[in-house]
Amino acid sequence: MVTMEVLRTCSDGQIKRRRPGAVAHICIPSTLGVSCDCTTALYKEAEIKRINKELANIRSKFKGDKALDGYSKKKYVCKLLFIFLLGHDIDFGHMEAVNLLSSNKYTEKQIGYLFISVLVNSNSELIRLINNAIKNDLASRNPTFMCLALHCIANVGSREMGEAFAADIPRILVAGDSMDSVKQSAALCLLRLYKASPDLVPMGEWTARVVHLLNDQHMGVVTAAVSLITCLCKKNPDDFKTCISLAVSRLSRIVSSASTDLQDYTYYFVPAPWLSVKLLRLLQSYPPPEDAAVKGRLVECLETVLNKAQEPPKSKKVQHSNAKNAILFETISLIIHYDSEPNLLVRACNQLGQFLQHRETNLRYLALESMCTLASSEFSHEAVKTHIDTVINALKTERDVSVRQRAADLLYAMCDRSNAKQIVSEMLRYLETADYAIREEIVLKVAILAEKYAVDYSWYVDTILNLIRIAGDYVSEEVWYRVLQIVTNRDDVQGYAAKTVFEALQAPACHENMVKVGGYILGEFGNLIAGDPRSSPPVQFSLLHSKFHLCSVATRALLLSTYIKFINLFPETKATIQGVLRAGSQLRNADVELQQRAVEYLTLSSVASTDVLATVLEEMPPFPERESSILAKLKRKKGPGAASALDDGRRDPSSNDINGGVEPTPSTVSTPSPSADLLGLRAAPPPAAPPASAGAGNLLVDVFDGPAAQPSLGPTPEEAFLRFVCKNNGVLFENQLLQIGVKSEFRQNLGRMYLFYGNKTSVQFQNFSPTVVHPGDLQTHILSAPPALRSQVDGGAQVQQVLNIECLRDFLTPPLLSVRFRYGGAPQALTLKLPVTINKFFQPTEMAAQDFFQRWKQLSLPQQEAQKIFKANHPMDAEVTKAKLLGFGSALLDNVDPNPENFVGAGIIQTKALQVGCLLRLEPNAQAQMYRLTLRTSKEPVSRHLCELLAQQF
Amino acid sequence: MIRFILIQNRAGKTRLAKWYMQFDDDEKQKLIEEVHAVVTVRDAKHTNFVEFRNFKIIYRRYAGLYFCICVDVNDNNLAYLEAIHNFVEVLNEYFHNVCELDLVFNFYKVYTVVDEMFLAGEIRETSQTKARGQPSSPSLSRP
Repeated sequence: MVTMEVLRTCSDGQIKRRRPGAVAHICIPSTLGVSCDCTTALYKEAEIKRINKELANIRSKFKGDKALDGYSKKKYVCKLLFIFLLGHDIDFGHMEAVNLLSSNKYTEKQIGYLFISVLVNSNSELIRLINNAIKNDLASRNPTFMCLALHCIANVGSREMGEAFAADIPRILVAGDSMDSVKQSAALCLLRLYKASPDLVPMGEWTARVVHLLNDQHMGVVTAAVSLITCLCKKNPDDFKTCISLAVSRLSRIVSSASTDLQDYTYYFVPAPWLSVKLLRLLQSYPPPEDAAVKGRLVECLETVLNKAQEPPKSKKVQHSNAKNAILFETISLIIHYDSEPNLLVRACNQLGQFLQHRETNLRYLALESMCTLASSEFSHEAVKTHIDTVINALKTERDVSVRQRAADLLYAMCDRSNAKQIVSEMLRYLETADYAIREEIVLKVAILAEKYAVDYSWYVDTILNLIRIAGDYVSEEVWYRVLQIVTNRDDVQGYAAKTVFEALQAPACHENMVKVGGYILGEFGNLIAGDPRSSPPVQFSLLHSKFHLCSVATRALLLSTYIKFINLFPETKATIQGVLRAGSQLRNADVELQQRAVEYLTLSSVASTDVLATVLEEMPPFPERESSILAKLKRKKGPGAASALDDGRRDPSSNDINGGVEPTPSTVSTPSPSADLLGLRAAPPPAAPPASAGAGNLLVDVFDGPAAQPSLGPTPEEAFLRFVCKNNGVLFENQLLQIGVKSEFRQNLGRMYLFYGNKTSVQFQNFSPTVVHPGDLQTHILSAPPALRSQVDGGAQVQQVLNIECLRDFLTPPLLSVRFRYGGAPQALTLKLPVTINKFFQPTEMAAQDFFQRWKQLSLPQQEAQKIFKANHPMDAEVTKAKLLGFGSALLDNVDPNPENFVGAGIIQTKALQVGCLLRLEPNAQAQMYRLTLRTSKEPVSRHLCELLAQQF
Repeated sequence: MIRFILIQNRAGKTRLAKWYMQFDDDEKQKLIEEVHAVVTVRDAKHTNFVEFRNFKIIYRRYAGLYFCICVDVNDNNLAYLEAIHNFVEVLNEYFHNVCELDLVFNFYKVYTVVDEMFLAGEIRETSQTKARGQPSSPSLSRP
């Protein structure tokens, strides 16, 4: 048995590295004839000298008249290889290495292949020779030679080799007479070629036979084949579906075998641990088996594994418990993947709970990591929560920072309303001593949890201010912006917030972020605490101003704004503040921004009347609600995969309101809309609006009994609407009376649309009222409408309306714009589709070919795909198509599709409730003047809808 | 999937490097240095796993040598940890009490053993007798 002492260290000669290369600094072994006679002093020169001499020697041997025998050739090639691994460039010997490939001696062939694998370059001449040698070896029927050749292909994995051998390898893999070791190598060699260039490995009748390798007698063959199948089945789940039952029965046989049944494949009394892990992993590519018998058998296996974990160990060696637990953890992953067996989930959780206190750090780490995913299952969430004290303890006492980090992750995952206060306070306490590496993440987590589970907003404010106090440097802008937004939007907490920041600012040293928050909040709500003589206006001002000189330019600029707000809130401070603004250090500040603010504010305060000041410096309106920017930041930090695990929306239906209980309060909008209709939109569409379903969802131009009934000009409204699918600006509607123009911009799940109504006549429109109706889930706030919209639009005039749009979840029908007015006494009405389609909320995503294919494969359920084949309506111009696809919103990915004619795109549709990943592929066929469009998204209706929208564009 | 296997000594000298992903030479050198920096600062009480770029490193120390396997983040930690040990046991049998110098002098044999046990970034063979026995053909003597 190998233990630590077996490997003895050796002291070797120090040789400086010259070329950043594979294996550097190795002392030159005398066995190779290159003796290391250099000592500490002149290493570099001595070594180079020695090596150059040797290289010259080898070169002369290769060039010599006398033909070298196989042995010498091998010896010199091996020396070259060694010199290369030392970090020196080798520019000859390739030919000799290739010659070795055709030797009949194993050792010679092996050195040849090793040389090729390590030093391969796509040298055209040689590649042909190498491929030739490989071909011969593959056909040799000598299993050792075949394996060498296959390993070479797998190690190099170049496209040239793929092209040469992709067809042969499946044949070797499933041939009845192939030796076991050859099958093993062939399976993995094929896997490598498939990963490198999937197009070169077409599925065929061999696929079914590959699945049956799971039944092979030889465990090594199964071990290799499972890896291949796991990869292939991701792309073609249906073709490989039979692997489920085969994998289950194989697994069942292993799990129930005695510890000695499998001979070589038993590792420290654990039967075939690696194969078990691979089989469990394969099963995670599929949903739970549909066949009840298979499922029963599998559940039995999973239970057996859980039972075995409770048995006394068969050996005290760590290898035994590691191997056993490797299977256990993979089993738990599968249970979590199925997320359908409450009993197993709870058992898994209890098992992990035991590991939380295990003396092996590895196990504690893995248990925390695994529990984090269990916390998001509704069945085991409660069970996970019972371990809260242990996890908190881990956060405090673990020595390894990565373990503490897992503990923090788990606390975050298990947090809900019942334990939020405890968890947040523990995290805050931990933050005081936390490692710098994870502080920012902890800050974000605390900020999110505090906001999400705040019942009482004074607690929330306290928490965030504590955060700034403890770890001010790590509190990013997103975090303190957020607290300002929330305080601004909730008037019940404003007084408390003002009082608290005032107190916090009294600390002799406070963080600059605290000054920013304090400055802003006092500027807005300082009046709420001004009644108390201890925080009277002059006191507030001098407190803030005492920090002014220690702050950065950005903070000072913010404070200047606070000061001008003070002048409005507290006229008694005006003289003092004007004095400050007038000081040379402000008015002639070297920083343009500060100087400008000082000059403008000073003038404003002295020129403007109280009324004007009050209007200009009015309290900020509530912020529109959207996804918490800090959550978005955490997602960015952790990558998309981790974010979904953290964003535990599915267990707590009420957690949809990530922004805590902060409800949008449209009634307090500071610039109220003039028309009651505009405000009541969300609750009830005006009864006069035509039903959305009329005209099969087409545009409705409904002109009531008007003598001035006018047909629309230019493109039909439906065409105009379709045109907006790929662009944001243009004319939406035009007839002889009215022109409606649109300018819009979209970011993430938010959008803003400017509608321009132009009166083309010389007569005033009366009772002009545009309203927006939404049959779907689109939430539209009309935040401001200009006074001109009151009721009349003068002849030849244009009025503007602004719509703020938020996409709550995916939707299919666009909102409708209904415009009604009187023209010359006759009522006019028309209803148009607003050009808001789901693709507007696309966020383009760049990804590498490999990622694209991986995701494409993940979205392979039939309902996730929508495909359309259609005739081109416009000339097939690649540039135009490109522009349209970009306008559609997806990123265009180059070098993904092997056919350069095709277009491949990817993006994420951002809605408030969820994000929908979306992949698309457009294949033009110029000859047939046809296109084939394929869309894959995680949501069925979205795939279909996008496919229809986009298909009408070409 | 395994992204690369590295064997380094405490001074950071590489004794074996096996890559299962395309990297250019500079990138390889950078990875080697980063792995060394990440792994050597950890003590025995720490886990055998470290997050590393978008992957993770599973490593085990034997006397002065670090055996490191870089795998995908969702791969099974313990399985790869024991794969390292299994590999070391094979080397130990193969060289009759393996030491660092064996890996230096017999680098070509080590490569062969690696290919027997790991191929295309996956575990190929786990049986110690088979992994040792395969290159049985005419004695693997020094060239």
